[in-house]
Amino acid sequence: MFMIFGYPSALLFGQLLLGLINGAFYALLSLGLAIIFGMLNIVNFSHGALFMLGAFVAWGLLEFLGISYWWSLLLAPIIVGAFGVVLEKIFIARLYKLDHLYGLLLTFGLALVIEGLARNQFGSSGVSFAIPQQLQGATNLGFMYMPNYRGWVVVASASMCLLVWLVIEKTSLGAKLRAATENPAMVQSFGINVPRMITLTYAAGVALAAFAGVLAAPIYSVNPGMGASFIITVFAVVVIGGMGSIGGAIVSGFGLGIIEGLTKVFYPQGSGVVIFVVMVIVLLTRPAGLFGKGGH
Amino acid sequence: MFGFPRSQLLAFLIMLAAVIFAPLYFYPVLLMKVLCFAMFACAYNLLIGYVGLGSFGHAAFFGMGGYVAAYSAKQWGFTPEVAIIAGALVGAGLGAVFGWLAIGRQGIYFAMITLALSQMVFFFCTQAGFTGGEDGIQQVPRGNLFGLISLQNDMTMYVVVAIIFLATFLLIHRIVHSPFGQILKAIRENEPRATSLGYRTDDYKLLVFILSAGIAGLAGGTKAIVFGIATLTDVANAQSGEVILMTLVGGMGTIFGPVLGALILNFIESYLAQLGAWFAVTQGIIFVLCIMFFRRGILGELAARLKVAL
Repeated sequence: MFMIFGYPSALLFGQLLLGLINGAFYALLSLGLAIIFGMLNIVNFSHGALFMLGAFVAWGLLEFLGISYWWSLLLAPIIVGAFGVVLEKIFIARLYKLDHLYGLLLTFGLALVIEGLARNQFGSSGVSFAIPQQLQGATNLGFMYMPNYRGWVVVASASMCLLVWLVIEKTSLGAKLRAATENPAMVQSFGINVPRMITLTYAAGVALAAFAGVLAAPIYSVNPGMGASFIITVFAVVVIGGMGSIGGAIVSGFGLGIIEGLTKVFYPQGSGVVIFVVMVIVLLTRPAGLFGKGGH
Repeated sequence: MFGFPRSQLLAFLIMLAAVIFAPLYFYPVLLMKVLCFAMFACAYNLLIGYVGLGSFGHAAFFGMGGYVAAYSAKQWGFTPEVAIIAGALVGAGLGAVFGWLAIGRQGIYFAMITLALSQMVFFFCTQAGFTGGEDGIQQVPRGNLFGLISLQNDMTMYVVVAIIFLATFLLIHRIVHSPFGQILKAIRENEPRATSLGYRTDDYKLLVFILSAGIAGLAGGTKAIVFGIATLTDVANAQSGEVILMTLVGGMGTIFGPVLGALILNFIESYLAQLGAWFAVTQGIIFVLCIMFFRRGILGELAARLKVAL
């Protein structure tokens, strides 16, 4: 073992890895928020609740149907995404013409309902979810031992982020999506079904949240409050990154996770608030966020 | 009287009668809780209803006001009125910081920034020594008003809380109907136009934010003195959600709505206490129903039907 800045390297790398894992979740969640915001112009307050739902769906699939973790990675986002379609059709679609504040309040109310129901069903402590067999154990990287599952989370999240970024920035579907964000009326006049596109965008955003939920299930105990504790930090991440940018959401998600991890080494008391402190600094120096365009 | 139009005067008299006679029928401690939350909701309404700024972090001011009042009354032996004023001042000071950081941003950003800042305050309260962490500050003495009148008796305490509430209510009414309040409404309706008329809209928004935070601190301080306890619950985000719901149910932008909303939700909470975790679900359902079908709230709807101001 060797020392870096007077700290044992294992501690430093260990916290760096933890930070990277948190960052993986921040990135996935803020990416979903950014996609939804870009298209629907609402901040999806129920994002944390749907993240939690994803984890519970994975648990339920395993517990009652014997469906493995790997299938859940695919199925839970689809199920939660379908649920998102229902939410969008029944509730959110009716609010587009109103002040954005109402969308925020509505999704906040939905989050209370979803989390309250989960709490009634499973209690506050929740259920546990085992790490899939293939990913148990740890690998010696030479400078530290890395639990395999944690490495997988970082890789899976980064790949998913990259995939989403490629779809949005490089495909014709993504081009239509970006065009509809800029000028929905114009895009509609080209014969593209914009309302359906909006619905599916919402579904895709919450599916990302559910995907993150499944990834999180073996790490954190699957409990009704798991999303609520994440989502506020994710909001701060979104403010720091700037709402306009998909790439910004990803980069600031991972970056802030790492900063948080390092703070745990150098100043443990500050690790809970460091992201909020960064947010304040960014607001004072770059009000539109690090990657945001324009003022509002 | 007090510059109320007729409909509001009538409503005010009804409210006044309710404040005076309610302790004959209901447990005064519950009523004091209602009055504290009514002040809190009125403070919140000043911001969301009259300027259109939706803060998601008002629990920070409410909870911090409670901590400061409780701590100063217990540790420094402040008399209750001084402790409550200290809570209000700290709420206002915290509001100045929040406002300074958030006022430049609009709508959704404003909501997220206030939420994140209040989460920061919550973390601070979990770790700072003076808040007592998970235990909170307990057994805060109610003390003697002005050092003379003991507040141990619930009825005496009720009278004091009722007076604080009525004074706050009239203050907010005064603010809303002053030239300052008219400018606030102009900003809510059309900010660019208000700017083009030469008003520095950010200054107005900051000032009203500080006022709102100060009144929230006052409400939190009063609650801490009444119950003799200040805990993390009051500074947690769920509390911000509750005050939004109260304002929404009663009617955003109506002067009496938040009072009614606070009354209804506190009574639901106290009479449906056996609901346990279902209470959060109930709250969520009320939220969703209000937003979908009832955006103006009870009094907003009533006022629109009767074509009067409430």
